[in-house]
Amino acid sequence: MKHQTENASISRRDFVCRSAKAGLMIAAAGSLSYWLYDGKGPGRSSQATQASVVLPDFSISELGPRMSIISGDDRARTVQVGLKAIGGMESFIRRGDKVLIKVNAAFASPPIISATTNPQLVAEVVRLCLKAGASSVIVTDNPINNPESCFVLTGIGEAARSAGARVLLPVDSFFQPTTVEGASLIRQWPLLYGPFEGVNKVIGMAPVKNHHRSGASMIMKNWYGLLGGRRNIFHQNIHDCIMELAMMVKPTLVILDGTTAMMTNGPTGGSLADLKPTSTMIVSTDQVAADAFGATLLGKTVQDLPYILKAQAAGVGTADYESLKPVRERVG
Amino acid sequence: MSIITVRRISQAFFLLLFFWFCIVSSFGSEWWQLRGWPVNWFLQLDPLVALGTLLATGTLYAGLLWALATVVLTVLLGRFFCGWVCPFGTMHQLVGYLGKRSKSVPDRATANQYHRGQAVKYYLLVFLLSAAAGALIARAVRSAFDISVILWLLAIATVVIITLNFIGVSGRKRKTAGLLILLLGLWILLALVFSMDRMIGASLQTGLLDPIPLLHRSVNLVLLPLTDATPQLLSTTQRYYEGAWLIGLIFLTAILLNLKSPRFYCRYVCPLGALFGVMGSFAVWRIGKTRDECTQCKLCEANCEGACEPTDQIRTAECVLCVNCLDDCKHGLMGFRTMPSATGEIASPDLSRRGFVVTLATGVAAIPIIRLGGYLQQNWNADLIRPPGALSEPDFLSRCIKCGQCMRICPTNIIQPADLQGGLEAVWTPTLNFRIGTSGCQLNCIACSHVCPTAAIRPISLDEKLGRAAFAELGPIRLGTAFVDRGRCLPWAMDKPCIVCQENCPVSPKAIFVEEHFNTVREGVLQVSQANATTLEIADPKLLPGGYSSGDYFIRVALENESRRRLIVENTDRLFKIDPRRPFQKPLPTGAVIEIQVRLQRPQVDPARCIGCGICEHECPVSGRRAIRITAENESRNRRHSLLLESRRHEGPKGPSGSPGIPNSGKG
Repeated sequence: MKHQTENASISRRDFVCRSAKAGLMIAAAGSLSYWLYDGKGPGRSSQATQASVVLPDFSISELGPRMSIISGDDRARTVQVGLKAIGGMESFIRRGDKVLIKVNAAFASPPIISATTNPQLVAEVVRLCLKAGASSVIVTDNPINNPESCFVLTGIGEAARSAGARVLLPVDSFFQPTTVEGASLIRQWPLLYGPFEGVNKVIGMAPVKNHHRSGASMIMKNWYGLLGGRRNIFHQNIHDCIMELAMMVKPTLVILDGTTAMMTNGPTGGSLADLKPTSTMIVSTDQVAADAFGATLLGKTVQDLPYILKAQAAGVGTADYESLKPVRERVG
Repeated sequence: MSIITVRRISQAFFLLLFFWFCIVSSFGSEWWQLRGWPVNWFLQLDPLVALGTLLATGTLYAGLLWALATVVLTVLLGRFFCGWVCPFGTMHQLVGYLGKRSKSVPDRATANQYHRGQAVKYYLLVFLLSAAAGALIARAVRSAFDISVILWLLAIATVVIITLNFIGVSGRKRKTAGLLILLLGLWILLALVFSMDRMIGASLQTGLLDPIPLLHRSVNLVLLPLTDATPQLLSTTQRYYEGAWLIGLIFLTAILLNLKSPRFYCRYVCPLGALFGVMGSFAVWRIGKTRDECTQCKLCEANCEGACEPTDQIRTAECVLCVNCLDDCKHGLMGFRTMPSATGEIASPDLSRRGFVVTLATGVAAIPIIRLGGYLQQNWNADLIRPPGALSEPDFLSRCIKCGQCMRICPTNIIQPADLQGGLEAVWTPTLNFRIGTSGCQLNCIACSHVCPTAAIRPISLDEKLGRAAFAELGPIRLGTAFVDRGRCLPWAMDKPCIVCQENCPVSPKAIFVEEHFNTVREGVLQVSQANATTLEIADPKLLPGGYSSGDYFIRVALENESRRRLIVENTDRLFKIDPRRPFQKPLPTGAVIEIQVRLQRPQVDPARCIGCGICEHECPVSGRRAIRITAENESRNRRHSLLLESRRHEGPKGPSGSPGIPNSGKG
């Protein structure tokens, strides 16, 4: 008898315990359902959107527009003279500045083909930045060909590193969507933003090249390498796209290398027969003016390159480079 | 009336209701066709659908709230759904009955012994749910490094454990401490090494084995289409489903396995039954012996559906509440009460901790491994065309349960179960095939988006589909784009007039336009022997009488400057009659050379207008591999698949001015 009562009390305890657990389970299921209930369903674009970024203005407006056009074949010398002519690297890069250099490393081809920014020139500019007191220099690009191959074969990677810069390859996590104010094409488009974090000065460096779709690839077209995603869709409207790129990046300084110009078969080139010695280095704070002058090295006018006039109309700079009273010198 | 009769009535009712819902999931004006019937009710009652989508999306979509009712009843009563409601279970029970009819009681009792393999269903459940919860788990792992409080707590815990280890604790505790450190290390490694958001994702695969979606799929895509040959019964035309053989084979196998072991699917495979088993662990009422006075006659196991061994310690997680034992026990020992069985019970599922952890890890890892194929990235397959309203692919895969409701409701039968075109994860998800069925995607139809029980195809309005009214600026929903295969198209490749695609394009203005072109036909250069103002006779009579009188053929004089062509209105083997409204001013001289030309209208697609409805592809007279075909390029649901710059314009937030074009000179 006693045994049975004990058993009964055990099973009663067991029952209470079990009921409590069952009650808890029902309460949990009920509250979870209430909390996560979604009567409407997902909307048109339910994908989580990444935070949008905007590139800041890197230009130094108080210096006013400046430009120099230096003749000569020794890139290290012409760029030194060109910079000196507009106030020296020290006027643009101050002590402690963090500098980003956007090179053209688009193709995995050797420097002699001139499809990419010249490595010696990159090294010299990195050296000048550091000499002016820059605390760090980053060299980056999102090339068309395989990134690692591009930075190795163009010689840019090695040259930049040995001059003291850090080379950043375009890893996935660097890209964040950007919308250029007033733009109709570059909206919510992935931008190579990672390398720009903490940077306060930007230098654009590009060679002068023939480009079949847009007419010429120089400084403004070179910003294309900051875009990610299926960017080739922009070739459907290349001139507006380049104009918007120029609106997107407000660089501290641009260096357009016209020592050798790619006259045909651009933008890849591939043969020395495509090249022509044009012996000119352009240093400018106005990217539109730099490209407008660069066009003349290719035997073109600004009318041949609609994006230059579009960028001018958008207020990016002036196509009338003579109005900047460029300093002209000859080296060697 | 015995409790067993009540159960049988309940089972019959729900089985018939299920079939009724499948039958009425059809578009038309008959009274029995879709008229607000709650055709998704069984799917909504299914807590595996609710839990799976909840883990994958973090939300419980509308009708899935019904599952809560099932959950509450299961927590109180145990697996009542399996024994009383589940239509698949009823079919198994029926076939199982046929299989065991001739067997003796001891043989039946042997067939109903618990088998270790019955634990497989729990592992399947864990695997499927962890695959669905991949993103959630990844976020939890990752959050430790985004929320610094958690990171600090972890660091302090590590330090404490290591110190405790050093100041000497017993071997057993040391082992536990070592294990904890190992787990922490693993956590840190996972969080630092894996790029969580990119690779690990939520993939809802429960529908592969979940009995309700499985049965819907089998009935919708295999059983009902088999009746379509009976004229005018359920469908005016025969409906076809690609890969129905595999769905049918699986269904048939599941059904026939009952002859080997009753309720084979329920006992060994069913992940929903496993979920009920877990939820019913604390069931308030349960089957069990009222007294420990059993003679071990095993009569109660002769008809036991769940193989839960009521004679011995009853396994409540396996009990499907068939209540046969209540009747079969001749000693009146079995009862359904709040007390546990007098001979004891095993309440929890037969699931080992180690097995659980390994299966969980496998489930989480399976999805990134499958996704290494790149189907959600660069290697996306343009042949996978989703129905209008389908979410972007990752979101879609976290919701679709492969139930086939959209495939059943689609009036044109173009929604088909995918095979491997979307990767392994997308097997049996809906994709469009415009060759099968009766037309393309009908312009004024949004049925699939409203029938979808989980909003993998979200409910859209006609205005949204067609880009009208409030959606005018966004434009219509594009499923893909038509591409003309110029090597197969009759006017492009074979000099045959056609433009069926252009005529059938339902978009206004049409997305298909034509380019007019005149081509000299084969052996169409001829010499005139005699002629007057409207009749020409040729030197070498070899023409097919009437062959050039269709109104598409013209005569052009070869050596004449005049490029004006004259329409042929009639021809015999040697004579041409031309349009009398344009006679030759001066009859052609003997020996003049003429060309017979065909007027071709060659179709071209305006990608800015094309919505990818596929009507052109369906109608194309090149009936094998069509000469105009849709691929998913430019589909609205993924902006990375945009084909045109223009189609991007309205996407993304508006600028301050809001109007595209050349902006004002802001900086001056």
